[in-house]
Amino acid sequence: MMSARFSTRSLALLMTLLLAVGLLGVAGCSSADEDSATEETPAADTAAEATAFDAFAELEGDLDIAGGTAHIPVMEAAAADIMTSNDAILITVAGGGSGVGVEQVGEGLVEIGNAGRALKDEEVEFYPNLVSFAFAVDGVAAVVHPDNPVTELSAEQMQAIFAGEITDWADLGGDAGEIHLFTRDEASGTRDVFWSKALAEGDIAVEANVVASNGAMKTAVSGDPQAIGYMGIGGIDDSVAGVTFDGVAPTQDNAKDGSYVVTRKLYMNTKGEPEGLTKAFIDFILGADGVSYIVDGGYIPIF
Amino acid sequence: MGSTDSHSRTDALLRVTLGTAAAISVVAVLSIFAFLVYFSLPVFSAEGARQVLSWDWQPLQGSFGILPMVVGSLVLATFAVALAFPAAVLVCAFAYGVGPARLARPVMAVINLMTGIPTIVYAFVAVMTIPPLLRDIFEQGSGFALLGAAVTLAVLVLPTIVLVIDSNWRGLAPRTSEACASLGMSPVQHVFGVLVPVSGSALLSALVLGFGRALGDTMIALMLTGNAPLLPTSALGSIRALTAHIGMVMATAVGGPAHQSVFASGLILLLVTGTISALVRRSVRLEA
Repeated sequence: MMSARFSTRSLALLMTLLLAVGLLGVAGCSSADEDSATEETPAADTAAEATAFDAFAELEGDLDIAGGTAHIPVMEAAAADIMTSNDAILITVAGGGSGVGVEQVGEGLVEIGNAGRALKDEEVEFYPNLVSFAFAVDGVAAVVHPDNPVTELSAEQMQAIFAGEITDWADLGGDAGEIHLFTRDEASGTRDVFWSKALAEGDIAVEANVVASNGAMKTAVSGDPQAIGYMGIGGIDDSVAGVTFDGVAPTQDNAKDGSYVVTRKLYMNTKGEPEGLTKAFIDFILGADGVSYIVDGGYIPIF
Repeated sequence: MGSTDSHSRTDALLRVTLGTAAAISVVAVLSIFAFLVYFSLPVFSAEGARQVLSWDWQPLQGSFGILPMVVGSLVLATFAVALAFPAAVLVCAFAYGVGPARLARPVMAVINLMTGIPTIVYAFVAVMTIPPLLRDIFEQGSGFALLGAAVTLAVLVLPTIVLVIDSNWRGLAPRTSEACASLGMSPVQHVFGVLVPVSGSALLSALVLGFGRALGDTMIALMLTGNAPLLPTSALGSIRALTAHIGMVMATAVGGPAHQSVFASGLILLLVTGTISALVRRSVRLEA
């Protein structure tokens, strides 16, 4: 009897291992799919803008970019096409979050530090030489599970939910059940915007689960019918549902015409006025050629 | 004569190389410690200590207490080891005669393999499976909770514990098993009546090492506990571990109490794991 119990245990261990290996395989496949998907877009753009890269023809060297994770799709697609046009240019794009972007460009570790919010007062004080370039607008929306019958909330309801005052979906016209709150860490630009514009700088309950990225938010909310969280509109797909806020649906069109108010600007920051390759890259993103990259990334160009 | 000379030259070279290697390791550890102490110094002013060593983490309201995370980390690691340690002793018992002899090697091989699986893989598999499971079973909370993180951590630290026990028993068992067999003792009596009692300090070392590993892990805590900065009240409640706290707050604006709390967290973690390895050394020395 003893040995039967033990072989069950060893079998369980083996199963865990096989499961881990299997999932690794799945992860490998899906990331390969993503790669091939992202390769298509730049190819199409290159054909449409065959002369857009003239500004880079005479340039060479390295350009390092880091910071806000919302910026990455725009930066990577633009960087890939620029590097394709000129082999002498190497552009790297890293994440880290808005706080990291500001810190790294301030310390001179990267040429461009991205932030999904304006510079904070203490950051300006710490790094007085930083110059900010806003290039896109992104909306931030509350998200719930697609099966959740609650699709619309007023500002008062939203604030009461995140403050932990409304704790059951039945109070909002949904199926009875505890509300599971998900929020972002304090370094998040997404949190800054949602907190100041949707929650009117109200409390976020200390019981809320904290996740560290837009992706982790989507994973958490898409797996839990009783969850509510918030994320950038650009990242919303079929796995989560954006919540209509004060009667306005969270779409980029509504953000563009100003009717949806929970929005933020995306910024590139440089230490001092940009020069050379850095200037060429920023001009490219801000100019007519940058528009398609910004739109493909799910955001609204400014101008 | 010549060969003695070349021997002593080789010896001298070896001594210098090994001495350098040892010095580098010691200097590295000491400088990490000095760095952390230097950056945590503001915390140890009266004002800093009042802020960071308090029970409330709400940065927007000006509260920067990390004590809930200290308690959370200790409870999480204790919980994980409480699950993993008995399981590890049973796995070893299985491999040392209680189970069929032909399965002993495969089981140990799997355990060995498990030590090489990166913690992010466990965390990734667990985050997809455990929270929905906990929600279905208990119908309470979001599933991101102490319990799920502890179970996943237990799987992570199990092989560490097993391998420490195994390395001790490997020397003991050949001598004791024959003696026990000749006295007519069963394999179960051999393991639990002789091996376990005589290897007390090795079991303690294994337990303490497992605890240290569970305490220091970041990804599993970050992805599974829910990270709400609360004192643990139930196995289904959300907690935040010190390691996850460092990972999340690292990215906030430089300077200020939130950033200081990261260094204080690092220092506390280093002190606890340092104490743990000192305990292990002591127990090993007692054994010798």
